[in-house]
Amino acid sequence: MENQLYLSSSPHIHSGETTDKVMRKVIYALLPACAVAIYFFGLPALMVLLLCTLGCVAAEGISCKLQGRNMTLGDGSAALTGILLGLNLPPSSPWWLALFGAAIAILIGKQVYGGLGYNPFNPALVARVVLLISFPVQMTSWTSPAPLGSDLDAVTSATPLGAMKTAVMLTGKLPELAHSGFSQYLIGNMAGSLGEVSAIALLLGGGYLLWKRIISWHIPVAFIGSVLIIGGIFWAVSPEKYPNPLFHLLTGGLLLGALFMATDMVTSPVTDKGMLIFGFGCGLLTVLIRLFGGYPEGVSFAILLMNAATPLIDRFCRPKIYGQVEAKV
Amino acid sequence: MSVKAMNLKTFKGGLHPPDGKHDSATKAIETCPLPEELVIPLAQHIGAPAEACVEVGTRVKKGSLIGKAKGFVSVPVHASTSGEVIAVEPRLHPMGKALPAIVIKPDGEDCWDENLTGADPETLSAEELKSRILDAGIVGMGGATFPAHVKLSPPPEKQIDTLILNGVECEPFLTADHRIMLEETERILDGIDILRKVLGIDRAVIGIEDNKPDAIEKMAREAASRNIEVQALEVKYPQGAEKQLIDAITGRQVPSGTLPMEVGVVVHNVGTAAAISDAVRLGRPLVERVISITGPGVNTPKNLLVRIGTSLEFLVEQCDGLNGDPAKIIMGGPMMGQAQLSLEPPAIRGTSGLLIFRKQDLPRLESGPCIRCGRCIGVCPIHLQPTTIAAYARLDLFDEAADYHPLDCIECGCCTYICPATLPLVQSIRYAKAAIMAKKRTL
Amino acid sequence: MLASVLTLGGIGLFAAIALGIAAKKFAVEVDPRELAILEVLPGANCGACGLPGCGGYAKAIVDGSMSPNLCTPGGSDCLEKIAHIMGVEAISADPQVAVVCCQGDNQKASQKYRYLGLEDCNAAQKIADGPKTCPGGCLGLGSCVRACPFDAIEITAEGLAVINRQKCTGCQKCVASCPRSVIKMTPLTATTHVLCNSTDKGGVVRKYCQVGCIACQICKKTAPEAYQIDNFLAQVNYDMAHEAEVAVEKCPTRCIRDFSTGYPEGSSFAAPTVPTKKPGQAA
Repeated sequence: MENQLYLSSSPHIHSGETTDKVMRKVIYALLPACAVAIYFFGLPALMVLLLCTLGCVAAEGISCKLQGRNMTLGDGSAALTGILLGLNLPPSSPWWLALFGAAIAILIGKQVYGGLGYNPFNPALVARVVLLISFPVQMTSWTSPAPLGSDLDAVTSATPLGAMKTAVMLTGKLPELAHSGFSQYLIGNMAGSLGEVSAIALLLGGGYLLWKRIISWHIPVAFIGSVLIIGGIFWAVSPEKYPNPLFHLLTGGLLLGALFMATDMVTSPVTDKGMLIFGFGCGLLTVLIRLFGGYPEGVSFAILLMNAATPLIDRFCRPKIYGQVEAKV
Repeated sequence: MSVKAMNLKTFKGGLHPPDGKHDSATKAIETCPLPEELVIPLAQHIGAPAEACVEVGTRVKKGSLIGKAKGFVSVPVHASTSGEVIAVEPRLHPMGKALPAIVIKPDGEDCWDENLTGADPETLSAEELKSRILDAGIVGMGGATFPAHVKLSPPPEKQIDTLILNGVECEPFLTADHRIMLEETERILDGIDILRKVLGIDRAVIGIEDNKPDAIEKMAREAASRNIEVQALEVKYPQGAEKQLIDAITGRQVPSGTLPMEVGVVVHNVGTAAAISDAVRLGRPLVERVISITGPGVNTPKNLLVRIGTSLEFLVEQCDGLNGDPAKIIMGGPMMGQAQLSLEPPAIRGTSGLLIFRKQDLPRLESGPCIRCGRCIGVCPIHLQPTTIAAYARLDLFDEAADYHPLDCIECGCCTYICPATLPLVQSIRYAKAAIMAKKRTL
Repeated sequence: MLASVLTLGGIGLFAAIALGIAAKKFAVEVDPRELAILEVLPGANCGACGLPGCGGYAKAIVDGSMSPNLCTPGGSDCLEKIAHIMGVEAISADPQVAVVCCQGDNQKASQKYRYLGLEDCNAAQKIADGPKTCPGGCLGLGSCVRACPFDAIEITAEGLAVINRQKCTGCQKCVASCPRSVIKMTPLTATTHVLCNSTDKGGVVRKYCQVGCIACQICKKTAPEAYQIDNFLAQVNYDMAHEAEVAVEKCPTRCIRDFSTGYPEGSSFAAPTVPTKKPGQAA
C-alpha cells in the first residue's frame, strides 16, 4: 500500500559537499600547524590540543543533551573549535585553563546563541579573549621552543611582539629582534601560542583550504594585504620606531587569524565585497592595536570587533542582482 | 566558418554538476512504437488549458485538433495518432494531480489527417507563418512550454534584432537536443529561417555548450551558408537558462520582471525550431518529440521520438525496463525536473527527459543549520542571496524576504545543489515567491 | 577625588535634566482607558481581533471603531474587564476552540509518496498536492504549530497535529495556516466531533485511511438531529451538540470521537480535557 517513491522540490541532485565534510577539511588543514606545535613545544602542546578538543566536544555534547537539541557532534564543528582554541593558547597552559577555555568557547561562544550557524563571534576567539582578560599571567607566560630530540629545556621567553612592545615602551626604539631572524620566524622557531609560530605550516594549510575552495581568497588577502600596507606605511615613515611589515606578517597570530579565524564562515560576511571590507577592517585594527594599543597582539580583538560588524557589512554589501538595469531599446 | 570556439562565452555564477550525458549522448534517436493507449492532457503549456472539442467515440486522425486554444496565451492540442477517443476525463498529469485529458485508443494505422497541408514558407507572409505556428500548438520545447506564437508577437514598440537558438542543454543527463542538432540539422536551420522571417530580422545565433563539439561542428558547417552564427559556450549550469544565455551571447541583461523582447532578443529552443519547420512546411502539428530516457535506474538509456501522450511506463519498457527499484522518477533534468508519483503519467510537450534514480543514487538529505558559507550567493546566476531569502521565508517574514528579490529567482537549483547544510533553499524561495505573489494579488 | 565626584555628579545631573525635559516635550497623550485595556488584553499580539497587535486593538476599542468582544484569546474574563473599563455591557461571543478534523496519522493513513524537503505543510502541498493520499488529511509537518501564538498545538510521534483545548484560545491562526483546511473552529462546549476531512466516497476513503468517515449514515440514524452528511462527510450539527455523543460508539471507523474522555491518545494532551471556560457568563 505504501508508495516507495520519493518526491521533492527540484533539484534532485546534490554536490555531496556537506557541513561535516567542510569542517573535516578545515581540521585537516590545521594538522601541519599542530604537528609543528608538537615538534617545537613537545608533550605539553599535545596535552593542550587534546584537552581543548575533548573539552569542546564534551561541552557540545552535554549542552545538546541539556537543551534537548539534536546531537550535533557529527558535524565536527566542536572539534574544530577545540583545535583552534588549542592553537591559540600558550604551550605552557595548565590543564584547567584549556578545559575552562573549551567550556567558554562552546557554551558562551556558541550554544547560548543557538549553536552552529547562529553565533556572532568566533567561539575560539571568544574563549581566548575571556582567558586573556581573566588569567593574564597564565595567558602570557610564553616559553621558548625546545624541539623534540634536542636537549634544550623550555625556558620562559617573550614573544617577538611582546619583546617589541616592551622595548618600544622602555626605549622608544625597536629591539634588535625586529630587524633580523626572519627565517626562524618563518619556520616557527620562536615563542608564541601553539598555532601561530610556524608561518610555513599555516600557509600550507591555508593553501589547501583555498585549493579545496573551502575559503575564498578575499578575507586572507584583504587582511594580510592591509596589514602589510598599513604596517609598511608606518615603517616607511619611521623605521626606527615601527617594525618592518614582514615582522608583522611572520610573528604573532596574523597568519593563523587571517587564514583560519577570520575566514570562519559563520562569523564573516557572505559576499565577496563584504569579505574584502571585513579583511581590511581586521588588518587596520590589528596594526593599530599592535602599534598603539596596550596589548602586544591585536589579531584576536581585531577579528572579534569585525565579527560584530559582520551583520552591518552584510546589510550594505548586497550583490548587484541580474536584471536590475534600465530597459534598453 | 562562424564558430567562435576559441572564444567561449558565459555568464557570472553557476556551477558544474556531473554531466551524466555519456549514457545516451551517442545513442541515435529511435522511434518509439505505438502504445495501447494515449493520454493527452489539455494542459501541456504555460497559460490557459485547451478546451476539449471531441467526445467519447470521435474518430480522430494523427494531427487532428482535439483541444482548442482558450485565450491568447494558450495553444491547441492535437491527436498524436489515428484512432478513437475512448475517454475525456481527468487523468494523472505529470504535475502530480489528475487533470483533464483526452484518451485515445490507437487504430494502429497511424495515418495523418489529410486536411493538414504544408506550404512553402517563401510564399507565406509573416502573419500566415505565425498563425500556422499557433495552429500547430508549438510551445517552448526546452521544458518551459511557453507558447511560441506569444514570443513571436512582440508589441510594435519593441524592436527585435537578435534571434537566439538555445542548443545549450545544460541540464545533466539530457541529450535530446544534442541528438536533434546532430540528426535534424536541416530542420532546425529551416525553422530558424522561418523564425527570422516572422520576426523580420537577419541575426540568428545558435548557442551550444562546449561539451557537444560534434554538434557545434555540424551546426556551424551547415549554418555558414545561411548566415547563421554558432556560438560555443562555456560548460556551466545554468548556461541554458534564457536570461543567462542572452547575457552570454549579447551581453545584455533582461530587466527584472520583463521578457527578453525588452532587450530586443527572442529565444527559442532548437527543438522548437525543428517543430516549426514541420508545422509550416508539412502542416504537421506538434504531436511528437524527442525524449532522453536515462539515469542509473533504466537498463538501456535511449533517445526516443515519442508520441505525446505515451505513458512513461511504456517508455521505460522500450529501454529494456528498470534497473533495480526506482526511488525517484523525474520528468526533465535533475536540476529543474519534476518528481513523479509513478510511471503512469504521459509524456507531454515539455517532457525533455525521463530520469530514473535508485535509492543509492539519491543524495542523503539531512538539513542542518546554515553555516553562512556564502556558496549559494556565489553560484546564483541572478546574484541573489538565497540563504537570506530562505531564512526570512522560514519565519514567514515575506515583506523582509521581498527586499531580497525572490521574484527574480529562476529556480535553477544551484543554491540547493551546493548548500553544505543541504537546506532546500529553492523550495523555500518558491514558498516565499508564492506568498509574495498571493499578497500582491490581494492588494 | 573631589574632581571625579563632581564630574560624575555633574554628568548625572545633566542627564537627569535632559531626560526630564525630553519626557515633557515629547510626551504622547494616551487615553488612560487605552492603557488599562492593554493591561487586561492577553498581550500575545495574535491577530484574532483582526488587527496586528493588542495595542492597536485597545486603541480601536477606545475610539469606538471596534467592538470589545473580538478578543477570543482573552475570553469572557477579559471581555468583562474591558466592559468595566469602558462602562458598557459585555456581550460575549461563544468561546470557540480549534479542532484538527483528522486522525489519519502515519500508521492509519497511507502516503502517496515519501516527501523530502522543507518541513512545512504549505511547501509540501505544492508537490503533487501533498504526500498524504487523502486530499483532506493532516500532513503533520507543523505549519499550524509554528502559527500558534499560544503553544497549543503539537505533532504526535506519528505525524498528526493535535490541539490542546486548554491552551487554545480560538484565535484561528492555525486555521489560516493549514493548506488543507483540516482545522475547524468549534464551540468549546461541544466535545463530540467528526475527525475526518475527506469528501471522497466511502470506498475510496477505505483504501487510504482506517479512520476516515465513509459516509455510512449510522451516526445520522443514531442521532438524526445531531448529524448531517454533506459530500460523503458526516458533520456534527453544533446546535444540537449535546445529542451527538451517542453516536461515538456506533461509528464503524471510530472517526467520531468524544474529547471529554481523553483524546487524543499518544499526545501529551491525552489527559481528559474538560472545558475550563464557560461561555456567555460575562453577561
